[in-house]
Amino acid sequence: MSFTGVVVALVVVLAFGPVVLGANTQNNLIQLYFLVIMAMMWNALAGYGGLVSVGQQAFIGLGAYGAVFFSVQHGLNPYVSMLLATLVGGAVAIPIAAILLWLRGGAFAIATWVVAEAFAILVSLDPNPAIGGGTGTSALLPFNLRYTPDQRLHYTYWAALGAVAVLLVLVWVLLRSRLGGSLQAIRDDEEAAASLGVHVLLGKGILFVVAGAGCAAAGTIVLAWQLSILPLGPDSVFGINWTARMIFMVLVGGFGTFEGPIIGAVALYVLQTYGPNNGVWYFVLLGSIAIGFALLLPRGIWGTIQERFNVQLLPVGYRLRTGVDKV
Amino acid sequence: MTWVDAVVHGILLGGVYALLAAGLALMFGVMRIINLAHGSFALIGAYMALLLVEHVHISAYLALLPVLPGALIVGYVLQRSMLERSLRAGPLVPLLTTFGLLVVIANLLQEFFSPDVHSLDAGRIGSTAWNVTSSLAIPWFDALTLGVAFAVLGGLQLVLRYTQLGRELRATAEDAETAELVGVDARAVYARATAIAIATAALAGVFYGMRTSFDPNAGASELLFAFEAVVIGGIGSLWGTLWGGIVLGVAQNVGAQINPEYFALGGHVVFLAVLVGRSVLQVGRVRLLLLRRFA
Amino acid sequence: MNALLTVERLDVRHGLLPAVREVSLEIGDGETFALVGANGAGKTTLLRAIAGAHPPTAGRIVFGGKDVTRLPAHRRVKLGIALVPEGRRLFPNLTVEENLRVAGAARRTGAWTVDAVLDVFPLLQPLRRRPARTLSGGEQQATAIGRALMTNPRLLLLDEVSLGLAPVVVDGVYRAVSTLAESGTTIVLVEQDVSRALGVANRLACMLEGRVVLEGAPRELTREQVAEAYFGLRRRGATA
Repeated sequence: MSFTGVVVALVVVLAFGPVVLGANTQNNLIQLYFLVIMAMMWNALAGYGGLVSVGQQAFIGLGAYGAVFFSVQHGLNPYVSMLLATLVGGAVAIPIAAILLWLRGGAFAIATWVVAEAFAILVSLDPNPAIGGGTGTSALLPFNLRYTPDQRLHYTYWAALGAVAVLLVLVWVLLRSRLGGSLQAIRDDEEAAASLGVHVLLGKGILFVVAGAGCAAAGTIVLAWQLSILPLGPDSVFGINWTARMIFMVLVGGFGTFEGPIIGAVALYVLQTYGPNNGVWYFVLLGSIAIGFALLLPRGIWGTIQERFNVQLLPVGYRLRTGVDKV
Repeated sequence: MTWVDAVVHGILLGGVYALLAAGLALMFGVMRIINLAHGSFALIGAYMALLLVEHVHISAYLALLPVLPGALIVGYVLQRSMLERSLRAGPLVPLLTTFGLLVVIANLLQEFFSPDVHSLDAGRIGSTAWNVTSSLAIPWFDALTLGVAFAVLGGLQLVLRYTQLGRELRATAEDAETAELVGVDARAVYARATAIAIATAALAGVFYGMRTSFDPNAGASELLFAFEAVVIGGIGSLWGTLWGGIVLGVAQNVGAQINPEYFALGGHVVFLAVLVGRSVLQVGRVRLLLLRRFA
Repeated sequence: MNALLTVERLDVRHGLLPAVREVSLEIGDGETFALVGANGAGKTTLLRAIAGAHPPTAGRIVFGGKDVTRLPAHRRVKLGIALVPEGRRLFPNLTVEENLRVAGAARRTGAWTVDAVLDVFPLLQPLRRRPARTLSGGEQQATAIGRALMTNPRLLLLDEVSLGLAPVVVDGVYRAVSTLAESGTTIVLVEQDVSRALGVANRLACMLEGRVVLEGAPRELTREQVAEAYFGLRRRGATA
């Protein structure tokens, strides 16, 4: 209970951010928040569901463009648009799951990437002026018509923090529920789980939909944060760079643990904010850290701590007590 | 371009993809490693050839003579120093390692070779074509690439089928633990597989550099196409990689024929259709089997 | 007696659960040693530890005078240890001949070649080019034993070779095992069928819950003793 209490307290404290923190810090924290969401979602898929997706950027882009669609095209309040876009992300995940979840490991991974690329191309070819085609679009107008830049910053901050909190709770509830037990069974031994009646596909499907909605939410926050987005190119909202970041965060933070992705997101955030300004050397550092962790700390920061000190702060997962020898 | 043109050039393009994908297929088939840095090693091959061409003044083809053995060594070292350890740590850890390598290599290349665009001279073969008809011309170089892809994949297939190394590779891929129990050094086998994979990547890179211009960030989309080729052809099948590449190349070119913007999309649509179709057949076959048993 | 294999106070675990507890054994050159016990007694784990597939948490394994405790499996094969794993574990898509030739990689000197193996198991002759997954249980068992023989082992470890096979087929397998024993190969075999084990072995040990609870030559042991050890009827501290 103690650590859960700390987390709740932390969220409450952070909620006061817009009151006490400067604009720059708030801006930076928003970035941290959407990174946390992305890391959590990727970890939920891969760490708990055994689904390695290298195409979650499909939903990030979908969220961002969805928010543009509802706010620019249909004139809805941008924050309402963000919520709608999140739900649309979850909805779109359903047919995609139906198509992709039959696939195994490597084929599934590549297929998710292909779906993301296909989305990106379709968006870039969209003649709708609100979407902007290959040159991208911006949500500047819907925000500026209603809010001052300061207000946008505050509201986006709260929206981002709120999304983090909601998703944290959602993932936690899922893991502690019957689904969570099933998922861990699936992760440990899929065949055995299936033979016990665990509905493997349904479990994975639910995870995929949650991850789709979660990444879409992250995408909407990215939009609110940077305002202008592109469908193609290295910095696009549909770019593979997002997956690269997710892989980094989850594996450096601690794969398959609840706390790991959060730590990984913080690590990436620190690297991004305080690391070298030079693009080339920043990436060399990023890549070297990734390699270093893979070779020396493959269980990630949190995974290693868990192992060394037999610690588990949040009550998810299981532990076998060693009292067996005492016959 | 006519439709026939599109299909023919698609087949030729398939050769490029198959050549690039051969190493990917090998590493995934034997070790279940998705090598995100495969394209990076192809690029290194192209840049090494470039250095030799510019400083030793030999042709790009001749540059292959030192580049390929060098790539074999690089691949062997890569496996034994990094990937072996990553594999032991968990099936997803190689993703992190190869991602790190991808990022580091791309940026180091940028640092040492500048972001400028370069290309390799393909010699006379590169500028001539076989004029089949008045509207259809087959560039000799593309045909050569397809031929090389065929030779590489065929050669790999022969190695797998008829050599002791090939038997060890197949056995280790099916059951690494039991292979160890019958005296096969799985780690040495893996290292040889990676060595071969990186060498084919370097070869593909040199051919890529002769075909188009390249810069340190090139090949991102081609990497995805190579992965698509492997998956379409069926993971675990080398000849499948060739067919997969050809199917993809044709799909892309046909897409482009419909609308130049539909190039990549054409490939993606066919990719998904093939996978869905296969799953449906799979599920259908399982259902049929169950019905026969229990109906 | 010249000990070919010495196991000293070996501890082997499955994750957190101990499977082999402080087991010590000596196997002499040329012996046929049977390891019996119920399911889960630790016999397979012990064999796998000797072969190098399962690293022990404590204890030593000495083979031919060399400490092989930390040696990887494929190096032990080169020294002369060969395991026929439980469940055969053939390479399913390799042919019978390829399964045999893969094991020849160990390149130890000796008489075993593909033809020699096919002489001992003539039933495999017509099946040379068939993928291993298409074989029947008995054919697979023959191939698995043949594959181990291809490494020219000094010590042959047989894990439950009768499992899942019809009695008539098992007869054939054990005939081959006897021939191998007579030719001087040192054999350690794990067997749930105690009578079979008693039939071929010079010495026998019974395991229960990871420990060796009975050891001796078949002629020295009564059926009752073996049954008691097998089922743990006279456990220390047990209340009946």
